Amino acid sequence: MEYEVVIGLEIHAELATKSKIYCGCTTEFGGEPNTHCCPICTGMPGVLPVLNKTVVEYAVRAGLATNCTISSFSKQDRKNYFYPDLPKAYQTSQYDLPLCKNGYLEIEVDGEVKKIGITRIHIEEDAGKLIHDESGRVSYVDYNRCGVPLIEIVTEPDMRSSSEVKAFFEKLKSILEYTSVSDCKMQEGSLRADVNLSVRPKGQKELGTRTEIKNLNSVRAIVRAVDGEARRQISVLERNGVIVQETRRWDDEKGESYSMRDKEEAHDYRYFPEPDLTPIVVDEAWLDKIRSSIPELPDDRRKRFMAEYGIPAYDAALITGSKPLADFFEAAAKVSRNAKSISNWIMGDVMKKLNDTGLEPSDMPIKPESLSKLVSLIDENVISGKIAKQVFDIMWDTRKDPADIVEKKGLKVVTDTDAIRSVIIQVISANPKSVEDYKSGKTKAMGFLVGQIMHETKGKADPQAVNRLLKEELDKL
Amino acid sequence: MEGSFLELTKLTALMAAEKIRKREISVIELTNAYLARIDELNGAIGAYITVCAEQALRQAESVQKKLDGRENILPLAGIPAGIKDNICTRDVKTTCASKMLDNFFPPYDAAVIEKLSESNVVILGKLNMDEFAMGSSNENSWYMPVKNPWDHERVPGGSSGGAAAAVASHMSCFALGSDTGGSIRQPASFCGVVGLKPTYGAVSRFGLIAFASSLDQIGPITRDVADCALVMNVIAGHDPLDSTSVDIEYPDYTTFLKNDVKGLKIGLPKEYFGSGLHEEVKAKILDAAKAYESYGAIIEEISLPFTEYAIPAYYIISSAEASSNLARYDGIKYGYRAKEYSDIIDLYKKTRSEGFGTEVKRRIMLGTYALSSGYYDAYYKKALKVRRLIFEDFQKAYQKVDVILGPTSPVTAFKIGEKTANPLEMYLSDVYTVSVNIAGLCAISLPCGFDSKGLPVGMQLIGKPFDEGTLIRAAYTYESNTGKSGVTNCGI
Ligand SMILES: [Zn+2]
Repeated sequence: MEYEVVIGLEIHAELATKSKIYCGCTTEFGGEPNTHCCPICTGMPGVLPVLNKTVVEYAVRAGLATNCTISSFSKQDRKNYFYPDLPKAYQTSQYDLPLCKNGYLEIEVDGEVKKIGITRIHIEEDAGKLIHDESGRVSYVDYNRCGVPLIEIVTEPDMRSSSEVKAFFEKLKSILEYTSVSDCKMQEGSLRADVNLSVRPKGQKELGTRTEIKNLNSVRAIVRAVDGEARRQISVLERNGVIVQETRRWDDEKGESYSMRDKEEAHDYRYFPEPDLTPIVVDEAWLDKIRSSIPELPDDRRKRFMAEYGIPAYDAALITGSKPLADFFEAAAKVSRNAKSISNWIMGDVMKKLNDTGLEPSDMPIKPESLSKLVSLIDENVISGKIAKQVFDIMWDTRKDPADIVEKKGLKVVTDTDAIRSVIIQVISANPKSVEDYKSGKTKAMGFLVGQIMHETKGKADPQAVNRLLKEELDKL
Repeated sequence: MEGSFLELTKLTALMAAEKIRKREISVIELTNAYLARIDELNGAIGAYITVCAEQALRQAESVQKKLDGRENILPLAGIPAGIKDNICTRDVKTTCASKMLDNFFPPYDAAVIEKLSESNVVILGKLNMDEFAMGSSNENSWYMPVKNPWDHERVPGGSSGGAAAAVASHMSCFALGSDTGGSIRQPASFCGVVGLKPTYGAVSRFGLIAFASSLDQIGPITRDVADCALVMNVIAGHDPLDSTSVDIEYPDYTTFLKNDVKGLKIGLPKEYFGSGLHEEVKAKILDAAKAYESYGAIIEEISLPFTEYAIPAYYIISSAEASSNLARYDGIKYGYRAKEYSDIIDLYKKTRSEGFGTEVKRRIMLGTYALSSGYYDAYYKKALKVRRLIFEDFQKAYQKVDVILGPTSPVTAFKIGEKTANPLEMYLSDVYTVSVNIAGLCAISLPCGFDSKGLPVGMQLIGKPFDEGTLIRAAYTYESNTGKSGVTNCGI
C-alpha cells in the first residue's frame, strides 16, 4: 500500500534579547553554573516577574515576517508541572490567547511552491538544566538558562515529506536570523524542533494516530527523525500493528526513535492566566514601529541579488538562505567586479570549510573584503586558481590579508618567460620518453609535461605561458 | 521604669513621632520600651515568631543619629513596627508561619520594607500568622496559635492575627499585614484596632510571599485612623517591579483626616445584614450608621445581589492560585527538605507532606482540583465569571453611594478550637470581607464598640478603587466623634 506522511512542527527559538524575559539577568550562553540568575529567575518566595518588552517586539517581528495576525490583546498563562529545572514549578507561557496566529510560509520543493500554515507563535520562558553526576546518585541544577525568552512556533500538519520539512525549517530559520529574532545556534540549543508525525493510506481523509518526537537540534536530525519515524509507523501498520499516541525520543546515533515513558504523557498542566502579569496589549502605533523595524526578508533579498549582482537563481537561493552568509556575500560582492566568482567561492570552499569545522556562518573567520581581494588577485592573474585555494586556507586559519599572504609566501604567478623557459628546458631533458611520445603524435604527453612544469614551479607559473612556451620548445626539437 | 515604658508603648505613631521630633524621647528609648513589652507579653500572646531585638536597637541608634540635629524629620521616623512573617526581610528569617520556610532567610527586602527603612521606621520583628496566610483564626501557624489580647481563650482572627494582636497589646506601634480575603480587616476587628486593605495595585506586592496573587495586598494595622493614613503615605505607590501595581498619583492620605462626612452617601447592603450575622454585631453596625447620619451623612440601603457567591468564588480562585504559587516549595532550592527519599517524586511527596500543614494542603488540593482539565470550566472559569459579576455589583452600587458600610465579621472573636473541626464554617466567617478582594476594592475595619462579652466589634467601610481617602475621612469622623479606637487599651 502507498502511504502518505503528515507532519507538523513545533519549533522553539531562543530570542536574541540581551536580558531574560522577566528579570534583568543576561541571556548569554554558557557561564559558570548559576551565575546568570537572580531571585526572580530562580523562583524565590515573594518575587514578581516584569515582562521584558523587547520579547514582545521580537515575537511580533517573527509573527509579521511569517504572515501572522498579531493579537492586539493577548495574555500569559502558567503551565504547572514539577521538575527540578523549573524553579517556580510552573512555566510562564501563553495558552489560549497567543501573541501571533494564522500565518504561513511558502516553500519550494522540486520546483513546486507550497504554503505551510503557521497555527500560532507564542512567548514563553526557558527552563534550567540538570547536570547528572557520573555516579548516577546526585544531580545538580544550573538555572542560567531559566527565564531565557523563547518563542514557540506551531505549524499546521501541512508537510508531507522530510524534504518539505527541511525546506520549511530552513526558511523559518533564515527568517528568524534575518529579523534578528534569534541567533538560531542549533548546537547551543537556541533553536530546536519537535516533530508531530502520522501516516495514512494515500487517499484516506482522516489523519492517522500521531507521535511526537521531542527536542531535535540539527537539521540533519530532523530529516532523519522524520524519515525514520515514517518508516517505523509504516512498518507497524504493514504488520497490522497499532500506532500509539506518545512522545518519542530520537537517537540520532542509532538512527531510531524510542518511546518515552508514559509518565510524561499523563501531565495535566492546569493552565490558568498568570495573575502576576497584566495582559499584553499591542496597539497600532507599536505594531507600526515593530513593522518598520523588519529588514528585507530572504525572498526579497534573493530576487534582489539576482537582479543586482547577476547571480543565478540557484546561487541566490542558497546564499540568501542564511542571513550571515548573504550579508557576507553582499559585503564581498559590493567591492568586487566578479560577483559570480564570489558566489562560487561561498558555495564551494566557504561552505565546505564551515561544514568541516562545524562553525556557524556568523562565526566566519575571514572578512568579506578579503574574499573579494582574493577573487581580484585571480582575475588580475596575480595568482592561479590553484594557488588561490592555498591562499584561502591560510586566510581561514590566520585571518590575514590575501595580498600579504601572496607577497610573503611568494605565491605570485610567474609570468617571466625566461624563468618559465628554463624550467621547460629542464623538464624536456629529464623526460625524453614523453618528448618522443609527443613527437609521435600522442598529445596526452603534452599534458604530462605541463603537469611536471607546474610541479616544478609549485603551481605558480602562468599556465597560458607554460602551454605556449612548451609548444615552442617542443616544436624546436 | 516599667511604668514609663508602658506609657511609651501606649502612644500612637503620630504621638510618639511628635515626641521624637521634640526630642522628648529617643528612638532608642521607644524601641527599648517595645522590646520590654514584647519580653513581657509575647510568651502569653505569641504575636511574634521572630523578635529582632539586636537589629532593632542597632537600627534605632542609627535612626537617632540621623535625626540628631536635623529639622526635616519624616513623619514615621523612629517608630517601631512589626511585620507579618510573609513579607520578606533581608537576612531576617521569613517563615510564613510554616515548617516549609522555617530556615528561609531572604536575600532581599520586600518593596514595603525598603520604604519603611527609608522612612526610618524601626523593625521589631516578624509577626505570627496563619500558615501562608491561609486561615481566619491564626490557629494554622506551625509555631503557635496567637491569643486574642482581650481574651486569651479566644482567637485574634487571621491570617494577620499576630499583627493585630501585637498592635492591640502594644507590642508594636503599628504593623504591616496582608489581606487576601479579609486577613487584615477580620483580625483588626477581633482585636479592636484599625486595619486597611488598600485597593489592589496600590501597594507593591514585591517581596510579599504569594498566597493568591490576584487578591493579595499589603496594608497597615494601626491603633487609630491617623496612624493608618501615615503608614499609607509610606507604603502606597507605584512599583515598576510589580506589574500589577498601578501607576497613578497617590494622595497625601493625611489630608483626609477630617471630621466631616456631610453629604457623604453611605450604602448599607441588605445582603450584609441577613442571617448569620450575630445580633450584637448587627446592632453595633446599625448604631454606627445612625451615628453617621447624625454627622450629616446620608444612609441608603443598597443591594449587592451576588454576595452569596463571593465565598465559593473566593475559595476557588484563591486556592487555584495558591496551588500554583506554593508549588515552588519542593525541597530543591530552599526551605524544608524531607530527610529521606528514594527518588525525585518521593522527595517532592515527602517534602510537601511533611512541610505543609493541614489547611495549606487542603487548599492546594482544592485549587489543583479546580484547575484540572475537565473541571476548569465548571469551577475556575465559573468563579472568574462570578468575580466579574461581583465587581459589577459594586460598580452599580457606587453609582448611588460613595462608600459602603457593613460588619467586618459576622461574629466577634471566637474561642480557640471552636471552628477548627469545621473548615467550611471557618470559611464562612469571611463572608463580608472576600468580596472586596474579589472586586479589587479598598476597605477599612475600625472598632465600633464591644459586645456583651466585652469583645471588640469591628465595622467595615468599603470604598471605590483608589478611594482610600474617603474611607480615611469617614473612619476618622466616626473615631473622632466616638473616641472608639485602638488607643483604648485592651486591659493588659
Ligand atoms: Zn534573573
